Formats: sequence, structure tokens, C-alpha cells
Amino acid sequence: MNVEELKDIYQKQNDVLSKYKHRILICGGASCHSLGSVSFKKIVEDVLAKYDLKDSVAVVNVGCLGLCGKGPLVKIEPEGIIYTNVSVENVADIVERHFVKRTPREDGVMRADDPFYRKQFYIVLKDFSNVDPADLNSYIAFGGYTALAKSLLEMSRQDVIEEVKKSGLRGRGGAGFPTGIKWETVSKQPSETKFVVCNGDEGDPGAFMDRSVMESMPHRLLEGMTIAAYAVGASQGFIYVRAEYPLAIERLSKAIRDARRAGLLGTNIMGTNFSFDISIRVGAGAFVCGEETALLASIEGKRGMPRQRPPFPAEKGLWGYPTLINNVETYANIYAIINNGGDWFASIGTQKSKGTKVFALAGKINNTGLVEVPMGVTIREMIYEIGGGIQGGKKFKAVQTGGPSGGCIPEKFIDLPVDYESLREVGSIMGSGGFIVMDENTCMVDVAKFFMEFCADESCGKCIPCRVGTVIMKDILQKITDGRATMRDYQNLKDLAYMVREMSLCGLGQTAPNPVLSSIMYFEEEYLAHINERRCIANVCEVKQFDVVNTYL
Amino acid sequence: MSVLTLTINDIQCTGREGQTILDIIKENKISLPVLCDLKGLTPVAACRLCLVEVKGIPKLVPACTTKIQEGMVVYTDSEKLRNYRRMIVELLFAEGNHICASCVVNGYCELQNLGYMVGMESVRFDYLWQLFQIDASHPRYVMDQSKCVKCTRCIRVCDEVEGAHVWDLKGRGINVRVISGLDEPWGQVKECTQCGKCVQVCPVGALFEKTATTSEMIKDRSFLERILEGREAKIWVR
Ligand SMILES: Cc1cc2nc3c(=O)[nH]c(=O)nc-3n(C[C@H](O)[C@H](O)[C@H](O)COP(=O)(O)O)c2cc1C
Ligand code: SF4
Ligand code: SF4
Ligand code: SF4
Ligand code: FES
Ligand code: FES
Repeated sequence: MNVEELKDIYQKQNDVLSKYKHRILICGGASCHSLGSVSFKKIVEDVLAKYDLKDSVAVVNVGCLGLCGKGPLVKIEPEGIIYTNVSVENVADIVERHFVKRTPREDGVMRADDPFYRKQFYIVLKDFSNVDPADLNSYIAFGGYTALAKSLLEMSRQDVIEEVKKSGLRGRGGAGFPTGIKWETVSKQPSETKFVVCNGDEGDPGAFMDRSVMESMPHRLLEGMTIAAYAVGASQGFIYVRAEYPLAIERLSKAIRDARRAGLLGTNIMGTNFSFDISIRVGAGAFVCGEETALLASIEGKRGMPRQRPPFPAEKGLWGYPTLINNVETYANIYAIINNGGDWFASIGTQKSKGTKVFALAGKINNTGLVEVPMGVTIREMIYEIGGGIQGGKKFKAVQTGGPSGGCIPEKFIDLPVDYESLREVGSIMGSGGFIVMDENTCMVDVAKFFMEFCADESCGKCIPCRVGTVIMKDILQKITDGRATMRDYQNLKDLAYMVREMSLCGLGQTAPNPVLSSIMYFEEEYLAHINERRCIANVCEVKQFDVVNTYL
Repeated sequence: MSVLTLTINDIQCTGREGQTILDIIKENKISLPVLCDLKGLTPVAACRLCLVEVKGIPKLVPACTTKIQEGMVVYTDSEKLRNYRRMIVELLFAEGNHICASCVVNGYCELQNLGYMVGMESVRFDYLWQLFQIDASHPRYVMDQSKCVKCTRCIRVCDEVEGAHVWDLKGRGINVRVISGLDEPWGQVKECTQCGKCVQVCPVGALFEKTATTSEMIKDRSFLERILEGREAKIWVR
């Protein structure tokens, strides 16, 4: 398709949309999908048919509506009313009461102006509630592929890179490396063959930001990757998705097929001489395969094991060729940077952290789900406004950001702005966007143990500090929570933590000690209580009251 | 090829472009513990014992894979590094079942040697006492998993030098195992040419000759030197 055809589809789709007075939007995100929202559309259409409303009310399956913890969700526009906990049994009743009986259900209703939504700022998640993930035309109706058209037809490769550099976008996969600089490095490599890779491995426990982008708006990812390929001069791309995300794989596959058929992927894209295609690679679900060098090895069909950098993938990546590897969310920001300009993007967020960040809100808060906020919102706003406060009115204790590589931030930093630098300063990281809120009934040693177990299980086993160090640290944490540890064990734990952090080969080992070190930094008294008083301050661990002197191991 | 100058522990050294820090360290007879590295095999930077400090680089870098640069200032022996290396060696002793007194390579073992080198007097961590299996199915050699330090030298020499690719890794984390063939008894792997290269490069008593008993197995790596020299003199190319 060329630009005229793109504009044509846009116009036609919007003409159709404007005919409807109302739209019923059914969340088709993974969470709601698995809770039964797949079968809502048929039921709702039957109700509308019964009351002859089919011509004035549209029914659309859309992407994730964000409040996954209260799903399945159904949203009604233009009223901006969101019904929560909808089920196959009550969906017909809800629609009837809303449109026919005029006695709308009152309980379990969320409004679009609730702080949960009002405090958010959508770039990556924009139009998730409007676009049907399985329909290319629906994406185009909301401005899809205009950024690709603009890049290919009005901008040089260098212009695109300049715009991304100007935006200040930093990689959303964890380390926060400036995206524009990475693109420039790859574009400058003399090689004829180059690759573009999307990291959709997302192995952090509890994280589902990338999954929801791939499921809710697959074309936004394809568009971003295609623009990247144009900028760096690549002709083949790979999306690496974990096998645990079947819905993402299904929707991405369909999107790729549709895009090829429409001439948005393949040879001579949009009638230009630029050609690019994308294939999907399914990972077997090892956390370490999210590490870029392990991921590339895995795509090559080898054991997914990291290697020492340099050389970086930008110089020597897939099969030794220069390779651009970015995270799903990073690519999902590109369309907005091209359409609105790098300066616009750079005006959002803080001094050094630009734009927005998507978080998976989890833990002991009222609103759990997917949120996107401008960089720099405070932890307080995240918890008490967007998150709707702590469950059961309990006291806030700490928040864990950055998943297993991150740290625990205590209550005293509740007014800390959430951006790359601030989080690092207090001993945590942004990571990929995990945000787990913990209340007063949480034992920090227990939390550290959980993450250490995760890292020990997921270590690839290549280097000694991580392979053995994480297991020994895990065992010491177990001893502490059992009440079997001595101060010598505690000292060994700390010594190991520093060693493993500095000596490990890849990011997994280098960050595995973070949950331990940050909880020691802020909650040392909890460790000491377990060890010296055989007591768990939060009353979580079953600390046994035996005498250490008489036990031997 | 241009000559580069650098200092290692304040000693002036020279090297050629493309050489690694470890090359220069060896040429200048500076002491540095290494385990996974073996001249002639692709470096993997896995054991992390050779990590050194380089001025201007915030992270520690492995000497075995880091190329030298003009004016580099390298330190190999800070208090911190010595402490970290000792911990790594202790972790290896805690991981496997290294009962030296009954080991075939007692006295000739690289791990034992590393213990002396880093000044290890005892293991401060709890032993993991994992259960391992011995594979004595091969007509000439034995594989004792309990001594394996996962340096992957056997895998690399068999793949890169002998060309048989008998060995590989299985599992992950602490459960990583070096396996022969498709995880079958070594004696059943038809690809094995019985050349013994893996046995000779193994730094510990994990791979040994069947006839050897306690303290008898001295490893001989002179074949690697000969192959390397042959390659350099282009007697044959791979
Ligand atoms: C153990 C480990 C796991 C990782 N997992 C992921 C992941 O699941 N998704 C991701 O995008 N990046 C992950 N990363 C970061 C990648 O290595 C890499 O930095 C990222 O894909 C680069 O993209 P970006 O510049 O867009 O952030 C992981 C890194 C490590 C060390
Ligand atoms: S740090 Fe852990 S995951 Fe990374 S290479 Fe070493 S053993 Fe593998
Ligand atoms: S004896 Fe030779 S062929 Fe057999 S496994 Fe060892 S190195 Fe490979
Ligand atoms: S068997 Fe020997 S050479 Fe092979 S990985 Fe184990 S210790 Fe290294
Ligand atoms: S999946 Fe329905 S709200 Fe996220
Ligand atoms: S010798 Fe360099 S990491 Fe093992």
C-alpha cells in the first residue's frame, strides 16, 4: 500500500466509526481473555440485535484496558464507563441495563476520570482501548503506519536517527541505554548485512508490559521495528517471544501476515525501494535468554548462554553481523517520536529520563494492572492515586522495582520521583518496569530469599560467581529465615553479595545480589532480629527457637 | 601490526595490537590465576578468576578476553581482587566433592594449585554435597562429575581441535552438567575417536585415564603446543 491508500483506509474507517453513537469495547488482553472475555462479543451482539441497536452501537474487541486485576473489563464510549469483573453470565444484563433499561449497574464501575486513568499518560499504551489487535485497518484508523510513511517518504535515514537522539529515549529493557546512540552505532557499521531484533523475552516474575504491547497493539511494534530497520539499514528482523505467551505469538503472526499482504513488510515497502521482513522466534522461557547476547545465541540455534561483551551486538551480533537489539516498549515509542518529533517527546518526563514508562503494578495495592506514567511521578502518586492505596488500609512498607535485578525502596523515599537516576541513587533500578508494593506484613529477608531463589534457578551456570554464589546466598537466606544462621553466615552473605555483583559475567549475576544488598541497606534490623533474637519482625517466617551452638551442619 | 605500550602493576610492558591483557601478563611472567583459559582454545571468560582492574573502566574486566590498548593501566593484585578470587576458589570447593586425598590428580591439580595461589586455608561456605555420577563406560577413560568445574575446556578441545564435538552442556545453574553425546554413556558415543585430548586439558580429576590411581595422573598438553605451532607455520590449516 502507498500513502494514498493508507489515507483512504483511514478516511473510510473513520467514516464508519462516526456512524455509531456508542461503542462497546471488550478487553482482549491476556488476563481478561483468559477469564472469558473472548466469548463476550457474540453475547453482546445478540443483545444489541434483540433491541435493534446494531446500527448505533459498535462492538469491538480491543487491547488491554489496564486494570487487569479487576477484569474482565468492558468499556462503554463515549460515556467513558468501565464495568469491572464482567462475566459470561452478567455481560448481557450489563448491556441491557446500560442501553435499554437505563438503570446502569452501579457497583464495580470505574470511570475514565478516576485517578487510576487520569494520572496516566499514554504513548506506548495509547489507543489500546480503541484498536482491535487482530485488525490492521483498525490500527490504521487510529493513525497507524503514518510514522512509517513519514520516515520512508520524507526523512533520510540520518533524519530518523537524529529525531530519536533528540527525543532522549532510553532503552526500556532494563539498562536504559540511549536508543538513538545505539541506532547510530549500528547504522555506521560498514557491513552490508544487518539485523534488527526485538527482545520480547520478558522473564521478570510478574512483569507483563511487553506481553501486553505485543498482544494489544502488535502493529505498533512492527511499525517501530520497520522504522528502525530503515534507519540502521537492516533487511531482516526477528522478534524473540517466550513460548509462555501464545496469544502474543498468535497476534504477532497475524499482524505480520497482514502487514506483508498490505505491502507494509516485504519488498519495496510503501512503494519505496526499502525492503524488510520480520520473523518470530519462540524462546523456551529461560530468564537469561532475555540477556541480549544469550538471546542472539538462542536465535542462532545455540544454547542460550551469555558471552563476554565487547564486542557488543551493535558490532558483532547475529551470525557475527551488526545487530540492533531493542526492547518491545522501546520500539513501541518510536511511532510517537516520528509523528510528533523528538522535541515533543523530550518535553515529557525529567531532565535525564524522557518520555513515559509502563509499569506492571502488583502487590498489596488496590488497583493492580498495567499503567503508563510520565517519568518522574512520585512513588506516592503511584501507590495512593494510581494504585488506589494499600489493600485493607494497611501501612506501606516498601516497593520493589526492577524485578529480580532491582532493589527495595523503603517508605522514607515515598516522595522519590520514579526515573532512572533517582531509583539508582537509592540502590534500586528502573529495570523493565516491575513495581511490587509491599505492606507492613512483609518480611524483607523473605522477599530477598524469593528473588535469590529465582536467580539461582535461572542462572545459566556458565560463570562460577553466579552459578555457585547465588546458591550459597540462597542457602544462607534460608538459614536466616529458619533461625539457624550465625553472624558469620551473615558476613559471608554480604561478602558474597559484593563479589558476585562485581565478578559475574552477565547482568543476571551482576544484579542478583541487589535485593539482598538493598534490603540490608534499609532493613538490616530485620536480618539481625532473625539471627540474634530468632524472631521475624513481620511475623512471616517460621523462625525455629533452637540453640545454634548445639546444631551443626 | 603496531606496537602498544601499557603498564601492568606499574611495570612497563609492550604488546602487539590484538593481543589480550592475559597474553602480556604471561609474556611478562606476572602471576595471575586462570582456569577456563587455555592457549589454543576459544576464550570464554567463564571462571572469572582473571578479572583485573583497568584505570578508566568502572567494571572489572577479564584479562583473557580484553584486548590491550595504548596507554592502558592495569592492576591485577588489589586487596579486593585477591579477596574475590579466594572466594571464587572456595565456591568451587564447596560446589563439587573435591576430596583430594583420593583423587587421581592429587598433586598435579590446577584447582589445588589455585587454592595455594589465592591463599585459601579453608572453605568458609557450607559444602553443597551434591550427588554426582561416575561414567566409566569408555574403554580408556573415566568421567567423574563430582570433580568437574565446568571450565568447558573438554568441550572446546574436542570441538575445535579434534573436531568430534563429543561434549556439551546440559541443564543450568548449579545443575549444569558436562554430557557426552546426547547425554549417553561416553563409551557409547560413536563420534569419540579416543584421542584423549579432553582428558589431557581437563584441569582437575574429572577426566582421567582408566589405569591411573590416586596421585598418578599427570596431564600432558604438549600436543596443543604442537598443533598451535603447526597452525602458525601453516603446516596445515583448520
Ligand atoms: C538476565 C537478563 C535478562 C534480561 N531480560 C530482558 C527481557 O526480558 N527483555 C528485555 O527487553 N531486555 C532484557 N534484558 C536486557 C537486554 O540484555 C538488553 O539490554 C535489552 O534488550 C536492550 O534493549 P533496550 O536498549 O531497548 O533496553 C535482560 C538483561 C539481563 C542481564
Ligand atoms: S552471570 Fe549467571 S547467567 Fe550470567 S553468564 Fe554468569 S552464570 Fe550465566
Ligand atoms: S577422547 Fe578425543 S574425541 Fe573422545 S571425547 Fe575426548 S577429545 Fe573428544
Ligand atoms: S570435565 Fe574437566 S575439562 Fe571438562 S568442563 Fe569439567 S573440569 Fe573442565
Ligand atoms: S487484560 Fe483486560 S485490563 Fe489488562
Ligand atoms: S581465565 Fe579469564 S575468565 Fe577464566
